[in-house]
Amino acid sequence: MAVEVLMPALSPTMEEGTLAKWMVKEGDVVKSGQIIAEIETDKATMEFEAADEGIVGRILVAEGTSGVKVNTAIMVLVEAGESADAVVAPVAAAPVAEVATPAVAAAPAALAAAVAVVSKASADWPEGTPMKTMTVREALREAMAEEMRANPAVMLMGEEVGEYQGAYKISQGLLAEFGAKRVVDTPITEMGFTGIAVGAAWGGLNPIVEFMTFNFALQAIDHILNSAAKTNYMSGGQLGCPIVFRGANGAAARVGAQHSQDFSAWYAAIPGLKVVVPYSAADAKGLLKQAIRDPNPVIFLENEIMYGQSFEVPDLPDFTIPFGKARIWREGSDVTIVSFSIGMKYALEAADLLAKEGISAEVIDLRTLRPIDYDTVLASVQKTNRCVTVEEGFPVGSIGDHLASTIMQRAFDYLDAPVVTCTGKDVPMPYAANLEKLALVTTADVVAAVKSVCYR
Amino acid sequence: MAFKKAPEKSNVSKEELLKFYREMLLIRRFEEKAGQLYGMGLIGGFCHLYIGQEAVVVGLEACTKEGDKRVTSYRDHGHMLACGMEANGVMAELTGREGGYSRGKGGSMHMFSREKHFYGGHGIVGAQVPIGAGLAFADKYKGNDNVTFTYFGDGAANQGQVYETYNMAQLWALPVIFVIENNHYAMGTSQQRSTGSETLFGRGLAYGIPGEQVDGMDVLAVKEAGEKAVAHCRAGKGPYILEMMTYRYRGHSMSDPAKYRTREEVEKMKSEKDAIEHVRDLLLTAGLSSDEDLKAIDKEIKEVVNASAEFAKASPEPAPAELWTDIYA
Ligand SMILES: Cc1ncc(C[n+]2csc(CCOP(=O)(O)OP(=O)(O)O)c2C)c(N)n1
Ligand SMILES: [Mg+2]
Repeated sequence: MAVEVLMPALSPTMEEGTLAKWMVKEGDVVKSGQIIAEIETDKATMEFEAADEGIVGRILVAEGTSGVKVNTAIMVLVEAGESADAVVAPVAAAPVAEVATPAVAAAPAALAAAVAVVSKASADWPEGTPMKTMTVREALREAMAEEMRANPAVMLMGEEVGEYQGAYKISQGLLAEFGAKRVVDTPITEMGFTGIAVGAAWGGLNPIVEFMTFNFALQAIDHILNSAAKTNYMSGGQLGCPIVFRGANGAAARVGAQHSQDFSAWYAAIPGLKVVVPYSAADAKGLLKQAIRDPNPVIFLENEIMYGQSFEVPDLPDFTIPFGKARIWREGSDVTIVSFSIGMKYALEAADLLAKEGISAEVIDLRTLRPIDYDTVLASVQKTNRCVTVEEGFPVGSIGDHLASTIMQRAFDYLDAPVVTCTGKDVPMPYAANLEKLALVTTADVVAAVKSVCYR
Repeated sequence: MAFKKAPEKSNVSKEELLKFYREMLLIRRFEEKAGQLYGMGLIGGFCHLYIGQEAVVVGLEACTKEGDKRVTSYRDHGHMLACGMEANGVMAELTGREGGYSRGKGGSMHMFSREKHFYGGHGIVGAQVPIGAGLAFADKYKGNDNVTFTYFGDGAANQGQVYETYNMAQLWALPVIFVIENNHYAMGTSQQRSTGSETLFGRGLAYGIPGEQVDGMDVLAVKEAGEKAVAHCRAGKGPYILEMMTYRYRGHSMSDPAKYRTREEVEKMKSEKDAIEHVRDLLLTAGLSSDEDLKAIDKEIKEVVNASAEFAKASPEPAPAELWTDIYA
């Protein structure tokens, strides 16, 4: 019986890939376990093994095709004497993925007059700056490379950052450019290498520590909090710790409770740390460069799902984005939606949907949680009189809780409705596909929250 | 790495060899099927296959008695099958369904069975090591002679908590066997690139814990070493370290392109050291089984595995209300 060979999923987050190369041709005999194709995901090129045996009856997706969705039939295996036509309709062109290129935010407009606070949000680069499209992954890589070129004391340390080119390929190429002295592969010993990096920072270096994911930084939490964050204070200002702790934070896809956790609010609770939570590639780049230059310990929380997303990034030899300045992605008059990191995706999607229903939402990306740009949030709430927050983390002690309390204390009289917080659910992350969807914050949650504060 | 040539074992029975063959083959076929289901998108997230390492867990399980415990890392499917957990329940957990051991909530890395004394399935590298010693602590406290098998990788062997555990395990003479599954790679990092120590078991000597390196591709050698370690523990002499020299044939997880080693290296291990082929050879050359006998076993195993895949596909997703259950005991 002829069988269709389907485009495989080769990583937790893969939805589509490029059929880079066929290792077999029509008419070849294939054994189970034989490598039949090379498939490129956004992270790596993988060899794809046949699970069944047979003869290659037809190749359905040509070599070099990109954007091939997982589970698309790519080949038909037949038995001797059998024709492939029985099972396949004529080949349709494989679907090609579109690159999402969100519009760049317009410069923030003048905010409502006569309010006590003034937004600090600012344009981050001059009008007319040439832009280029790049992924968050590339932006992070460029930020590190540029800062390493500029300052010989900047070095990168972590598991698989060098020879393996990074577990998520953020550090790809850095070992080749900067050598093993500055791109240091560590054993799996988070507590140890984090302490070593703190010591190195005190000794005059500017280490960037990559945690493969922030779940593993829990192994090193003592050095992050007790050694890095507190010592400038405890030493009366003598021992600052210029170090960046960066890596993937939050849920990826189906990786279960120990590997899916958003630590944003946890780190944001700690005086002595700075906490950065970029959404776009431009922010990832400008903020990471700023983080590397900052004389303090900076927690830089990336998101695995965002790594492959493309955005417009200013094509400038050097630009940074200051900490503590939110970005207004979309102006609106009926409600303020405040978010950060991947939460922005839901916030912006919700704003689009709401616009169709005649609700005008202002969408603010906090970009950093410590310092946090209260003024931009407050100025917006004074204008719209309603606020919804969006984040992936747990509800108790969330950033949304903190904002709600701040808004209540500083803008109570402006509120026409209670602040509503949209968060992940108050449960460890389940593995099952359906439960995982229920556990995460969604665009629909945000739409519903906005309608509730608008009494619609 | 110095593997011994397949030793002549006169003391091993035909039944035992067949049992080893069957159990190792079950793991291999199960893992191949899991790999296929992953490719089809039926299994998600991380999925770490045990293919190549089957002799370690099968040989050691042959040394256990009821009451003995085991805990391991995320590369746990083989351990579960070897300790008698059902293929159906494991596969259905991989697909995230109600019929899975964690009712779909744990996934590949997080399955447990109190009944079979299997304590996970741990996703944080090295963290299962003190947990294994803690299980042993409880047994010693209760005064029974149970032993805990604590499995971890060559990469995990660099975590500091392993050495804190060694110290306490020896100090308190805990009945725990530390089984280092040295497959030579921790993701893309070879042992040479992660440590200056020549052996991993040798580090235990500094804490006073005896240990040895074992050919982990030879199920008979594994069992022999396991018996020695178990006897040591049951006699109340404290922990023991077995460094199992083994090899994983597949990438670290499904998304690892495995460019850090050569295809030749992998092929050499498969063709010269394969644990299943080894037992198959022993059975055939000693005239204990015929080709047909083994084919019949192959067929039987294939049926078990296919049935588990069918079960795992047919089992429903957990009910939405399950999101809110099991958070507290
Ligand atoms: C504390 C921690 N750090 C990093 C990781 C990511 N990680 C998962 S498996 C692995 C390699 C472990 O290798 P090894 O201990 O040799 O076990 P093997 O995978 O070979 O069975 C790494 C780095 C993790 N899960 N936990
Ligand atoms: Mg290993």
